[in-house]
Amino acid sequence: MKKVLLISILALSLTSCGSRKEAADDQAKETLAPQASAGKQVFDKWCAYCHGKGERFPGTVSLAVKYGEDLPAALEEREDLTPETVSLFVRQGVYSMPPFRKTEITDEELAALGAYLSHTENLADDAEGVVPPELQ
Amino acid sequence: MRTPPGISEVEFSTALQAFANVVGKEWVFTSDEDLHTYRDAYSPLRNEPDERVASAAVAPRSVEEVQEIVRIANRFSIPLYAISTGRNLGYGGSAPNYSGSVVVDLKRMNRVIEVNDSNHYAIVEPGVSYFDLYNYCREKKLKVWLDVPDPGWGSLVGNALDHGVGHTASRFRNHFDAHCGMEVVLPSGELLRTGMGAMPKSQTWAQYKLGLGPVVDGLFSQSNMGIVTKMGFWLMPEPEAFLQGKVMVRRYDDLHDLVEVLKYVENMAIAPGAPEMASPLLGAGGDTKTLVDIFLNGPPQLDRNHSELIAAAELGYSRKLEQYGLDNNIPYWSFHVSFYGPRKVVEAQWEAVQDIMTERVSDAIFQAHDVVTDRDEAVRKAEVYAQNMGVPNLEFFALGTRGGGLPPTRGHLFFSPVIPQSAEGILEANRVFNKAVNDIPLLQQVPMFNLRPFSLPTAFYERCFLLVLGFPVLDDPAINKATVAAFRELIRIGAEHGWGEYRTSPIFQDQVMQTYSFNDNALLRFHETIKDALDPNGILSPGRYGIWPQNLRGTKP
Repeated sequence: MKKVLLISILALSLTSCGSRKEAADDQAKETLAPQASAGKQVFDKWCAYCHGKGERFPGTVSLAVKYGEDLPAALEEREDLTPETVSLFVRQGVYSMPPFRKTEITDEELAALGAYLSHTENLADDAEGVVPPELQ
Repeated sequence: MRTPPGISEVEFSTALQAFANVVGKEWVFTSDEDLHTYRDAYSPLRNEPDERVASAAVAPRSVEEVQEIVRIANRFSIPLYAISTGRNLGYGGSAPNYSGSVVVDLKRMNRVIEVNDSNHYAIVEPGVSYFDLYNYCREKKLKVWLDVPDPGWGSLVGNALDHGVGHTASRFRNHFDAHCGMEVVLPSGELLRTGMGAMPKSQTWAQYKLGLGPVVDGLFSQSNMGIVTKMGFWLMPEPEAFLQGKVMVRRYDDLHDLVEVLKYVENMAIAPGAPEMASPLLGAGGDTKTLVDIFLNGPPQLDRNHSELIAAAELGYSRKLEQYGLDNNIPYWSFHVSFYGPRKVVEAQWEAVQDIMTERVSDAIFQAHDVVTDRDEAVRKAEVYAQNMGVPNLEFFALGTRGGGLPPTRGHLFFSPVIPQSAEGILEANRVFNKAVNDIPLLQQVPMFNLRPFSLPTAFYERCFLLVLGFPVLDDPAINKATVAAFRELIRIGAEHGWGEYRTSPIFQDQVMQTYSFNDNALLRFHETIKDALDPNGILSPGRYGIWPQNLRGTKP
């Protein structure tokens, strides 16, 4: 006799499908919203796939192990990053993260990214950050 | 100043100025800082004298600029090396085969020429990544699904040309076979279109693959006969439903029946999705989602008795281990399979697979997710691998991060020979490579994953298996050197048994091409004849997949 074990993992009601689809569309709109800063747009296009907030982003997961409770794992939540630090990682790469070329992220876009991740997009300060040991 | 071999600084400077006149000086890169970004980020030869590095890079924006760059290269005898997005990591990345080449970086050529969701195809330039095309289709609400590989940052064109594979239905997974029509800048600078693209006013470039006469598209894959500047790809119509099931059997010898069913249901087009094999009892293999979960979170902890039984098994078998599995309801073998289409159809296909399997193994076990009709929700819940539904991400690159509980690595290499699609093929490959590791000290010196306790092959390509063994690239040059030597030894052993690499990194391409040696390397000699005819000055990607131009054939690295 055939033994069938059916595991219901993704049970979806039609009602919930509709509302979730709308939520997804809203999320997409938010991502593409014109008010997103230039730096945020660069982050979403190039960085978020590894460094987004959540449990399935390789960079975030790795930094969570590295820093534990000392620092946030998601880059957007860090308070210690400077444009220089961001630039160093992007252009040098680190471990299995490859460097990014100017045909991918231009110098102008990199500056915007650095400002976004250092929370200085509207500031002209030159706050210093910490260059992690593996890049020193 | 780095220069290509045999080219003086004065000549090279003149050529670089000519390139700059074409693309603008900001798109010609010569500084060490810029050239660092064109190194192979995963090279096991990093910082070694034989690391393959570029002398410069030039980034055109249009086909006309590519043509002009090729003409300049001919005038000054400058070797070029074309990349699409340069993200072929583990297979050379953006670094050339021939050190000193000028990389032609096509990333700026990132236009989606057309997506047609009535005829279900796309035509794109080389700089378009899977992310780019996915987002384009989402934004325009086009009713097509892509077939995407593990990393979404790769180029559709580049991945297809290097014989990359994806995760959805078999007619789309083989990315080169799923292409339809290409545009190519030949080494002379002349522009060629294949298939129906060769006919002016044709509206079927991405609809009919063959055109008329010899089909030459293959000459431009894993090769150096031209720079592909556009490609068409067939896409899957957005299906109403997606269903993933898992077929499991309980005994070691059931492997034979399992593989026979795997083949039958795929080749009969009953089960079109990638059949991904695993051994729950051995804790080996698995669908890609399971592997990624391990990369992210580390391996599941097994009962101690279970672990000891696995360690004591030979070729994945012991009577006690099998009994342990039977007693604890842990299947010996399994494969995942996926279905795409109307709900009624996918449910019927899944039922048919169960019937066919049960006919051969009466106590087979089956599991299935509920039918997915909301892909966004399924991706968000992360209970199905997003790539199985054509959604790109970078989760696979958790491999080598700290997430799995090991120190981070500098990259990875994959040894991936094609083996026969049969249970005996799997067992024989395991026998041979295990014996090699037992007998050859070199193979004991390097970290290697997916060989022990048992190696299950991937079935992303139809009709065959790829037995994939992985090697981390580490900070220790001595271990990396040993890894390269071990890799070469595995290539040799594989070839002795008729198992050839389907794809490999530039540092191994000469050796691998030499293993395809029937009739005194007639195939390579044929490639070389074509190469000499198309590229008499030997300017285009010298050495790519072991094909060297006449002027470098005796001096290749």
